[in-house]
Amino acid sequence: MSNKIISAAEYAVETFDLAKSFGSYRALRGVNLQVQQGLALAILGPNGAGKTTLIKLLSGIMRPSKGRIMIDGLDSRENSLEVRERLGLVAHQSYLYSNLSAEENLDFYARMYGVPNRQNRVSDVLKLVGLDMRRHDRFSTFSRGMQQRLSLARALLHEPSLLLLDEPETGLDQQGLDAIWSILKSEGEKRTIIFSSHNFERALSMCDGVVILAHGRIVFQERACNLDMQSLRHKYLEYTQTVTL
Amino acid sequence: MSFFSQVLAVARKDIISELRTREIISSVLVFAILVLVIFNFAFEPDQALLSEIAPGIIWVAFVFSGILALNRTFIPEKEEQCLEGLMICPVDRETIYLGKAIGSLFFLLMVEAIMLLAFALLFNVAVFQLEMIVIVLLTSLGFVVVGTLFSALAVNTRAREMVLPVMFLPIITPVIIAAVKASALVFAGKSWSDIVNWVIMLVAFDVIFIVVSYIVFPYVIEE
Repeated sequence: MSNKIISAAEYAVETFDLAKSFGSYRALRGVNLQVQQGLALAILGPNGAGKTTLIKLLSGIMRPSKGRIMIDGLDSRENSLEVRERLGLVAHQSYLYSNLSAEENLDFYARMYGVPNRQNRVSDVLKLVGLDMRRHDRFSTFSRGMQQRLSLARALLHEPSLLLLDEPETGLDQQGLDAIWSILKSEGEKRTIIFSSHNFERALSMCDGVVILAHGRIVFQERACNLDMQSLRHKYLEYTQTVTL
Repeated sequence: MSFFSQVLAVARKDIISELRTREIISSVLVFAILVLVIFNFAFEPDQALLSEIAPGIIWVAFVFSGILALNRTFIPEKEEQCLEGLMICPVDRETIYLGKAIGSLFFLLMVEAIMLLAFALLFNVAVFQLEMIVIVLLTSLGFVVVGTLFSALAVNTRAREMVLPVMFLPIITPVIIAAVKASALVFAGKSWSDIVNWVIMLVAFDVIFIVVSYIVFPYVIEE
């Protein structure tokens, strides 16, 4: 389980002039992004900046109005199935069924992803997220933190090379946050991670790179090692013109 | 994993979920039996009249209870916000369509079996004949393959419960007419050779609807 799940392509994600409009509203306006294999990237930005839209475009849930997305060197439009096999997504929604147990939910997705040794893999991810003892309980009985952990288990089930997370900390208490980030820290060593967040501290401690998105554009990007909390806050305010904290 | 295993995974998930809650089966069954009871009291038919009105009664109950069931095909996915979860799975959209259709067919056949039993008891008509079973299976198949497509189309609209029957009923009318005509011949005691033309028509509609729905579904379910 310690082996890296990395593709031979230089970049895990490349976007070229990526744009998305909803009617007359332009959510993304020409985003060019390159994320190297095995790195973790945080996408910061105020509400409405286009973070969720970018994650949804990368995951294939939405189609871009313009531009191109390459995942592991594959064009996401032309190689849709191969790209989806390589992606894991933790979104605002869990994508899990309230009437099914934790195990049944993961078993369903394991079948859909064609996971080999299904039962063992389901047990492994349930242990990884600390829900092994609740495997037979219905999803509807889970707390928000447990739901988010099971959602992470679903996203990791098929060992994706790229893990996308859209504000994974939303609605979690400190204990839930610690659990999620500790799992992500260990899993992040094996794969490329892109997550959107409002949490500067996590972005700097977890990631190799930080991107600030505002008004549908990437307005700032830098290696995390070249930033500290103060400089990141300063840049954020400078580029987004909003007050945080 | 093969295409069929993934199709069955979708159907299996829907069946497990429904058997646990019985949301669709219980409400649809109550509605279907209620329709039969109302017709039973409204007509109080003798045997001569019965052979003429029985097909209409059966298929009216079938159509309206079937629409109730089909309305729920994609609504749980929407309500639980799981449709996007299905969309990111590395499977063709057609896999989702076939899995959903098989699940709906399973529920509909369960309801129909009980509904026909209730009809036989209330109206004292022998409905469990081979010819009638073939007609019911073919009609249900056509009903479900089109209904699943329109259910996916309606789920993103605001008045989805209204939208589905308005769009769906005109399309499915030829199937229902064939079913009514074939059933009338069965109840009149006619042989296979008399009903075979209607059965062929049902088969033809089923084949056309399966092919068209299968091709169109990926465009319907996309954003």
